[in-house]
Amino acid sequence: MLRSQSPRVVAGRAVLVAGMLMLAVAPWVFGLGTISVLTEFLTMLVLALMWNLLAGYADVVTVGQHAFVGIGAYAFYGFAALAQIRPPAAILLAGLVALALALPAMAIVFRLRAMYLAIGTWVVAELFMLVAGKLSAFGGGSGVSLPLPVLRALGARPAERFIVVYWLALVLAATAFFSTWLLLRSRVGIGLMAMRDNEEGAGAVGVDLVRARMLCFLWTAPFLGLAGAIATLQKLRISPAASFSIIDYTVFVIFNVVIGGVGSLEGPVLGTILFFVLREYLSDFGTWHLMLLGALSIAVILIEPRGLWGLIRRRLARDLVPVSHHGSRL
Amino acid sequence: MLLEVAGLSRSFGRLRVIEDLSLSVQPGEVLGIIGPNGAGKSTLFNLIAGVLPPTAGTIRLSGRDITGLPPWDRCRLGIGRTYQVPRPFAHMSVFENVLVAAVHGSRASLRQGRRRAEAVLALAGLAAQQARTAGALTLLDLKRLELCKALAVAPKLLLLDEIAGGLTEPECATLIGIVRRAQTPDMAVVWIEHVVQTLRRIATRLAVLHDGGVLAEGAPDAVLANSRVQDVYLGTEGR
Ligand SMILES: Nc1ncnc2c1ncn2[C@@H]1O[C@H](COP(=O)(O)OP(=O)(O)OP(=O)(O)O)[C@@H](O)[C@H]1O
Ligand SMILES: [Mg+2]
Repeated sequence: MLRSQSPRVVAGRAVLVAGMLMLAVAPWVFGLGTISVLTEFLTMLVLALMWNLLAGYADVVTVGQHAFVGIGAYAFYGFAALAQIRPPAAILLAGLVALALALPAMAIVFRLRAMYLAIGTWVVAELFMLVAGKLSAFGGGSGVSLPLPVLRALGARPAERFIVVYWLALVLAATAFFSTWLLLRSRVGIGLMAMRDNEEGAGAVGVDLVRARMLCFLWTAPFLGLAGAIATLQKLRISPAASFSIIDYTVFVIFNVVIGGVGSLEGPVLGTILFFVLREYLSDFGTWHLMLLGALSIAVILIEPRGLWGLIRRRLARDLVPVSHHGSRL
Repeated sequence: MLLEVAGLSRSFGRLRVIEDLSLSVQPGEVLGIIGPNGAGKSTLFNLIAGVLPPTAGTIRLSGRDITGLPPWDRCRLGIGRTYQVPRPFAHMSVFENVLVAAVHGSRASLRQGRRRAEAVLALAGLAAQQARTAGALTLLDLKRLELCKALAVAPKLLLLDEIAGGLTEPECATLIGIVRRAQTPDMAVVWIEHVVQTLRRIATRLAVLHDGGVLAEGAPDAVLANSRVQDVYLGTEGR
């Protein structure tokens, strides 16, 4: 992997690997405040990777991705708090519920294309949120906190729990990253890359556009659900507004991916890192942050549609995370 | 019969581009299609390849009605096509462009696809460029890449839309050689070109498209000698 010709690529990959190592030793290095931010970062990274797969490759520009995050959160609460299933199993089941509900959502949304599809995903997400608000066992419109036994199952003291949730988030993000990488390197993935570059042209050489879109939709749903479950463990409560937050789980994610670079694996990572760096260093967080990121997204699109990573990539001989089928194997 | 088009029509709003057109193609032949600008030649390809739905008519491939099938299914059933305005996968290498076609168009594994892509690139003389990013190719190489992608899907019916435009005489001869070598006995080629001289050298049959239908078809020399063809096409276009 490091056999590559270009020193810049080697340096870039070294940064990437160093970042991964840093994440792997973080609990022994950082304080709980940082661990908590990193947990949030990993969750957001999963969302970014998924939105990028759907919108950047399969041309399913969804603005309803928060639906599956919320479904994961509610399903997790149902399994862990109501059915009293152990948290790790409840998290996995939450991912499965998201996958199961992706089927009817897809049946509705995939009748539409482009603008209408985007609106359709939003409407479907709102519907799921409305339903969640009607579930009295889940606290109705105001939501409910995770009961203490669920938390105790993760660790006796809050400090231990922080670390456990961090590991869960890290495992999820690593799985999301590496499996998406493998997907892109596969037979299906080369078709997805062709779709990204020219959809009609891809169809003309035999890429089944409909199946590819469906696969990506079903691929992303469980990951979003799992991320929702982990976000719930961090926030310690569910509520329709927070668990189905379009701002946190869709709008910010879109900004991050657009700024970082749509249609690459590196872009979402870069965009999510930038998001947290800005957030940490801009004291007056809130509406301004949203507006700043929005303005930045538009500026980036105007300069380079493939984002900051697109700008950097021009100066590199190859991808940092190689998805190509040409030249040396990696 | 490999391809049977019957009663095909297509309008864009009030513009009737193809009207009640019928056409058949047999395995092994090379059907040249000529016609003035805007005659509907590329539209005909889009209808056959499934990019556009027809307003009326049917399209059969090897006896099977494919009129309602999406482009990728038609491709997998054996229709390979080039675009007049190339549609490269700009951020992928030349090799990967052809690999996608080999893998998805002929339902091959990545390994089989690699071999197929290598063979096609070698045949088309594009092997030296295979590591380049497709977006960086010149127009001539992009047209050759279009041909490679169409060949990589292992087509029974190869649709070529003006791939010789802008080529010099020797380049034309090379291109004709490539198509000849790529053509298997059970494969048919339908080739749209404005340069009649190119088609004359390879076409076994010629069809002239005009006013939404086939104005004349038959042996190339007979068609070109047809006085109506000379009036409406060769006369006005001065070719
Ligand atoms: N998608 C479309 N929407 C609207 N009009 C179209 C579309 N495609 C083609 N046309 C129109 O249909 C007519 C035929 O176009 P077509 O591209 O098939 O011609 P052609 O014979 O290939 O011409 P050329 O020799 O210039 O390539 C033209 O008037 C064109 O403007
Ligand atoms: Mg044309």
